[in-house]
Amino acid sequence: MIIRLFSAVVALCSVLFANTVFAAAPIKIGALFAVTGPAAFLGEPERNSAKMVVDEINKSGGVKGRKLELVVYDTAGDPTKAVNLATKLIKDDKVVAIIGPSTTGETMAVIPVAEREKVPLVSCSAGGKITDPVKKWVFKTAQNDGLAVNRIYEHLQKTSHTNVAILTVSDGFGSSGREQLKAQAAKHGITIVSDDTYGPKDTDMTAQLTKIRASKAQAIICWGTNPGPAVIAKNARQLGVKLPLYMSHGVSSKKFIQLAGDAAEGIRLPSGKVLVADLLPNSDSQKKSLMAFVKDYQKHYKAEGDHFGGHAWDAVMLIKSALEHGGDSSASIRDQLEKTKGFAGIGGTFNYSAHDHAGLGKDAFVLVEVKKKDWIIVK
Amino acid sequence: MQFDQLLQFSLSGLSTGAIYALIGVGFSIIYNATGIINFAQGEFVMLGGMLTLFFLETMQLPLWIAIPSAVCVSTLCGLLFERLAIRPLREATPINLVIITIAGSILIRGISMLLWDKDTHSIPSFSGDEPIAIGNATILPQHLWILAITLLIVGINRFYFYHTISGKAMRACAYNRRAAGLVGIDVKRMVLFSFMISSAMGGVAGIIVAPLTMTAYDVGIILGLKGFCAAIIGGMSSGLATVVGGLVLGVLESLGAGIVSSGYKDAIAFIILLLILIIRPQGLFGKAESERV
Repeated sequence: MIIRLFSAVVALCSVLFANTVFAAAPIKIGALFAVTGPAAFLGEPERNSAKMVVDEINKSGGVKGRKLELVVYDTAGDPTKAVNLATKLIKDDKVVAIIGPSTTGETMAVIPVAEREKVPLVSCSAGGKITDPVKKWVFKTAQNDGLAVNRIYEHLQKTSHTNVAILTVSDGFGSSGREQLKAQAAKHGITIVSDDTYGPKDTDMTAQLTKIRASKAQAIICWGTNPGPAVIAKNARQLGVKLPLYMSHGVSSKKFIQLAGDAAEGIRLPSGKVLVADLLPNSDSQKKSLMAFVKDYQKHYKAEGDHFGGHAWDAVMLIKSALEHGGDSSASIRDQLEKTKGFAGIGGTFNYSAHDHAGLGKDAFVLVEVKKKDWIIVK
Repeated sequence: MQFDQLLQFSLSGLSTGAIYALIGVGFSIIYNATGIINFAQGEFVMLGGMLTLFFLETMQLPLWIAIPSAVCVSTLCGLLFERLAIRPLREATPINLVIITIAGSILIRGISMLLWDKDTHSIPSFSGDEPIAIGNATILPQHLWILAITLLIVGINRFYFYHTISGKAMRACAYNRRAAGLVGIDVKRMVLFSFMISSAMGGVAGIIVAPLTMTAYDVGIILGLKGFCAAIIGGMSSGLATVVGGLVLGVLESLGAGIVSSGYKDAIAFIILLLILIIRPQGLFGKAESERV
């Protein structure tokens, strides 16, 4: 309501003072995040980060002297709602580009709208199918699940733990992880000896772990988002399972350590570099962006920025740099996005091209381990 | 299948089952006093956990004060719920009341989400996390707490319903509301009591499971449904039958996940629910026309 009133006032002003105000009119960018609902753990930090970085950009003079205006809508994680809101952003708010949505399901639903209306969409969700095959108007900032799997498998290969048990959550995130885990196993000489799942709301996974304990597995890989993996860590400790336990990047935040408590010790997981920003060597090209993001987030929200928020930070900064290099039309933003080279953001170093709209390499993930309630980088 | 594994599956199942049992008994107490299924029962479980967390972390109270406070506040919520949502309706049919409880559960969940947050939280175990070995299987001290508290509460229930005046009055309402009213029992007050007792029990269940399963504003839905299953298996009895129902459900889930496939864990619970409703609607242990309290 307030946003609408505000845009009405802006519209009125621009009619009244057409000549003077027009040059300084803000550039409108739309954003769709799942701020409420089951994917709120993604949407909330994403919205916070996007607002924060737009504020910071405007404070330091905007882009080419023009302010950015972020129009944010909450999709509640619902693809139908996401499609309606995307249309609204394009038709009513007349945005030049859209950031989000937060989940792969929503993004897939919004893609046809963006393609038809020719508005660039920079998604914050991880699903590989978003940019494979490449769609002309669609980019993404979240790392592919496949890169995370690759990071774990490389380490398993190095420590010669080649018989693994996988335990994945039965939702979109888990099944995408499970597909990748199975698809990449042979390439790394890994054998999956036990393949189990658990429900997102399950409260006891000792049955699955008992089964795994009796199998020939040398390591366990668990793929899920909080709270399931924390329950699994606790259950594994209860059962005295001594196998090395690997988690996904879905739990790469301090929250996981809080929830799992002592049971988190020694657990390894692939994570975006933001988690260990202060531990990175100064030579790391992402360090400057990472430290700025962490510091700003702490200042604005008194909380730690996580890599989910980082996806939105990357999206805004990518669009900003596209605006700096070209005009403010949707077409120009798209073309400039595609030319992005060596942009060191939060999720990794982005190199988009006509054949690659995901833009990240395997250096986007580091393997971290929980030690004394904090993270260390596994070499 | 090794014996060790079976033992572990059964132990895990018993401890999960005890939670279902406690929630299930809450369902049946209200059902017996009012004839409605209170679908907000799961939300009181959530309130127990979240309130304990609130008293522990926000108010900085020690655990032994936080727990009774949380039980008191969730009982108060049960009281308010009955007063504000159930009692004002005159001549309401059970189906109306059931729908009101569903609305109530959505309301309570929404308010909790706004009051606290959407995150999952854990609260510390009552007496440490060192596993206890039984043969080659292990359980946690918290599991013993859950089993002990469930048995204690069922014991107190039994005493209340059979050896106190107000408990007997509540049983009288269950047999025949009209007749109970005619002999001078305040039926409305009994309904209020039933809501208070079952919200207190829900709260206790939420508190004792939170160290194991963690708690969030939305944990009530699935726990409530599992508790409902337990109550159905037990034929809506508020005594041992529902407890056995909960334990059976827990063990079958755990064995199913361990031996058949973990993907079917929830399916097992709901298939049992359907079978019971079709084949033995009076519950696993009930006779066709049985005493229900």
